Amino acid sequence: MAAGGTRVRTANSDRSESITMARNIDIELQVSRYSPEQDLEPHLQSYRVPIRDEWVILDALNYVKDKIDGTLTFRWSCRMGICGSCGYMINGEPKLGCATFLKDYAPGPVKIEPLRNFPIVRDLVIEISDFLEKLKKVKPWLIHEGSNGQGEYLQTPDQLEQFRQHSMCINCLLCYAACPISGLDPIFIGPAALALAHRYNKDSRDQGSAERMATLSHPDGIWGCTFVGECTRVCPKHVDPAGAIQQYKLAAAMDGMKSFLMPWGKR
Amino acid sequence: METSSHDVLLVGGGGAGLRAAIAVAETNPKLRVAVISKVYPMRSHTVAAEGGAAGVVKPDDSIDEHCYDTISGGDWLCDQDAVEAFIKEAPQELLRLEHWGCPWSREPDGHIAVRAFGGMKKRRTWFAADKTGFHILHTLFQTTLKYNEIFRYDEWFVTKLLVDDGRVCGVVAIELMSGRIQAITAKAVVLCTGGCGRVFPYTTNAAIKTGDGMSLAYRAGAPLKDMEFIQYHPTGLPFTGILITEAARAEGGYMLNKDGYRYLQDYDLGRPEPKPVLRSMELGPRDRLSQAFVKEIEKGRTIHGPYGEVVHLDLRHLGEKLINQKLPFVRELCLKYEGLDPVTQLIPVRPVVHYMMGGVSTDINGATPLPGLYAAGECACVSINGANRLGSNSLPEILVFGARAGVAAAEFASGAAEQVSQAVLAQAEDERRRLEQQFLRKTDGNERVAVIREAMQKTLESGAGIYRTQKSLEDAATHLAILRERAGNIALDDHSRTFNTELLSALELHCMLDVAICIVHSALSRTESRGAHQRTDYPDRNDRDFLAHTLISQDEHGAIRVNYKPVTITRWPPGERVYGQPTQTAAKA
Repeated sequence: MAAGGTRVRTANSDRSESITMARNIDIELQVSRYSPEQDLEPHLQSYRVPIRDEWVILDALNYVKDKIDGTLTFRWSCRMGICGSCGYMINGEPKLGCATFLKDYAPGPVKIEPLRNFPIVRDLVIEISDFLEKLKKVKPWLIHEGSNGQGEYLQTPDQLEQFRQHSMCINCLLCYAACPISGLDPIFIGPAALALAHRYNKDSRDQGSAERMATLSHPDGIWGCTFVGECTRVCPKHVDPAGAIQQYKLAAAMDGMKSFLMPWGKR
Repeated sequence: METSSHDVLLVGGGGAGLRAAIAVAETNPKLRVAVISKVYPMRSHTVAAEGGAAGVVKPDDSIDEHCYDTISGGDWLCDQDAVEAFIKEAPQELLRLEHWGCPWSREPDGHIAVRAFGGMKKRRTWFAADKTGFHILHTLFQTTLKYNEIFRYDEWFVTKLLVDDGRVCGVVAIELMSGRIQAITAKAVVLCTGGCGRVFPYTTNAAIKTGDGMSLAYRAGAPLKDMEFIQYHPTGLPFTGILITEAARAEGGYMLNKDGYRYLQDYDLGRPEPKPVLRSMELGPRDRLSQAFVKEIEKGRTIHGPYGEVVHLDLRHLGEKLINQKLPFVRELCLKYEGLDPVTQLIPVRPVVHYMMGGVSTDINGATPLPGLYAAGECACVSINGANRLGSNSLPEILVFGARAGVAAAEFASGAAEQVSQAVLAQAEDERRRLEQQFLRKTDGNERVAVIREAMQKTLESGAGIYRTQKSLEDAATHLAILRERAGNIALDDHSRTFNTELLSALELHCMLDVAICIVHSALSRTESRGAHQRTDYPDRNDRDFLAHTLISQDEHGAIRVNYKPVTITRWPPGERVYGQPTQTAAKA
């Protein structure tokens, strides 16, 4: 078995050959199943699927859904890593199902579970309404008083670069699944939403950082983060939530310091 | 049955639906507005648009030139009054996005940057690197969060439009989470459900693009317009259909055949220059480039790949710096999904289904002929795209016509009385019963969703692909009629009420079959070649008989009717589509 897996990987240089070779190999998926109508808690179910060189985990799940078991339940849509629907725990790591190749798990088995730290609706589908509430809480929209008439707000490429990275979040929630604090403290606003708050704060067109700070410097906002950095490690879009939160804390601390030293100053 | 009630209901939470929601809230803040979507709004397929959004903004450009490019690109099937309104409003809409925080790419001096795009004579495409749709969608979604009056039904699927006395007065929908089926009444309903690329096997479109809104309108008796016009994008990745944006060519990428030859020079698209030339070669329109690919296969000059014939997109000469700066997503997609680096390697590409030019027939304000029903975005056909859409016109389209439809629906709802009769509630109850009997409680039946879906996709590819004939289309029509019968015999594995995605797939399949049938019958009736509709048995454009929109509808007995409506020509009389040389852009005053 192990030799088979190695062979698939080393055959990468010749695509057509590797596909022929891989066709004869299959792999065991162990998928977490949970139906609130029948089950008290999740359990694993095994399926055998072929390994194809070009298949991602999502292709394997769709193979099961289409050909073996129509009840298997999971979210997906764009299968190009941009819609954020298909985050799962794959062998214990939060990953996008569409951006994780099946062959990398040969000879298997590969375990696919719902993202950690969320209530499970069914099988791999998690309940995310709590995240949406938190998202709204950080006021993720441009706050800008007045208008400059007809034209655009000017912004140089350097100013854009200040927040660009933090604007790339696809809300896939892998960071919440990786974050030990989100697991322990459900009130913690969490990595993606905080990174987004930081994204607007750092936008040269925005004037809302004080308004946002009022929500976020509350203990359940940013201070919960102990800078474990797992969020940044698992982020498929290199948003670096951990870095954003650290910068945010620093700004909040400075802000707090200023109001302590200069209570007459404008907040 | 439970019911809830709104003034304006937007079906679909992508760019058009969210823009419409804001327009409703701004037009009349007292209106109860709701967005219902089968996915969370930020999952909508607007997110996948890459290249950019066209809007005249630079001093060397003009409204008339953008109009001419759009109309000639559409092979004179665009309604010119609609095009003109669209192009005038596009820059304002893009500017609003800027004011809402969209991170547009910039010039060194801080002004909006623009890039070249296929079929455009001037640089006018605004972009946010190569994730323009992603940034537009998230900016819109995040902006809607500040409007408390916008109510959302996330992960609800609409199964039917409620029509009473000739007026649309709501929907029946199923909540995925609970399986609850209920009526949602509204004075005005706006369909913003996007395209239908999933009726074909190879498509850039996400799994959710199943033509739901088109089917809902069609079943309610509203006509669909120009459904035979399907855009193949010339550069999709072969197995996944993942899009490699046209911006890759706008930045200077070459299309090469197996001999490393820039083959587009053989197809009346101009001469190969080292730097990109607007409206020329690789920057020709998508229909012409996709057709050239088929001709190259016939000449035996394509490359055999593991998933069929391909040509190569060559970005190597652009250099790592430019690729990282302007095309980072292209590099990411190639590395992640093809295991190749475009900085040093050729990208295998083939034409893949990308966009539906046709859709629910609307007027310039998004109104359909059914009172109370509006449509905007890819699910609608106004028409500004004619027989072939130009790249970067669809993002401004969802904004301009999302806003227009939102305003029109808000005005209609402000003046209309609520219409919830016993007849409407009885219709909703019938629909609930249909869903139970036909799907959830049905245990007999021997067909699987995936089997019929795959057969439908193959039928469309072989019968109604880049080139069509009477024979190929008639065969497709016959197959689809059989598949429609078989679809009635589907048995679900899944009878659960909780997040039943197999039920959802079955409902989507029925929508796709409606759309597929409309595509094939519209294509059969149009015995000419124009833009993306190429009939090898009728190779020429025929303005005498077909300077007209196809309108397909079904009567109360389900019989298909095809009619035609003349194209609106204002200042740009039909002419020849010329690419690869200086063009005549002057309009009649």
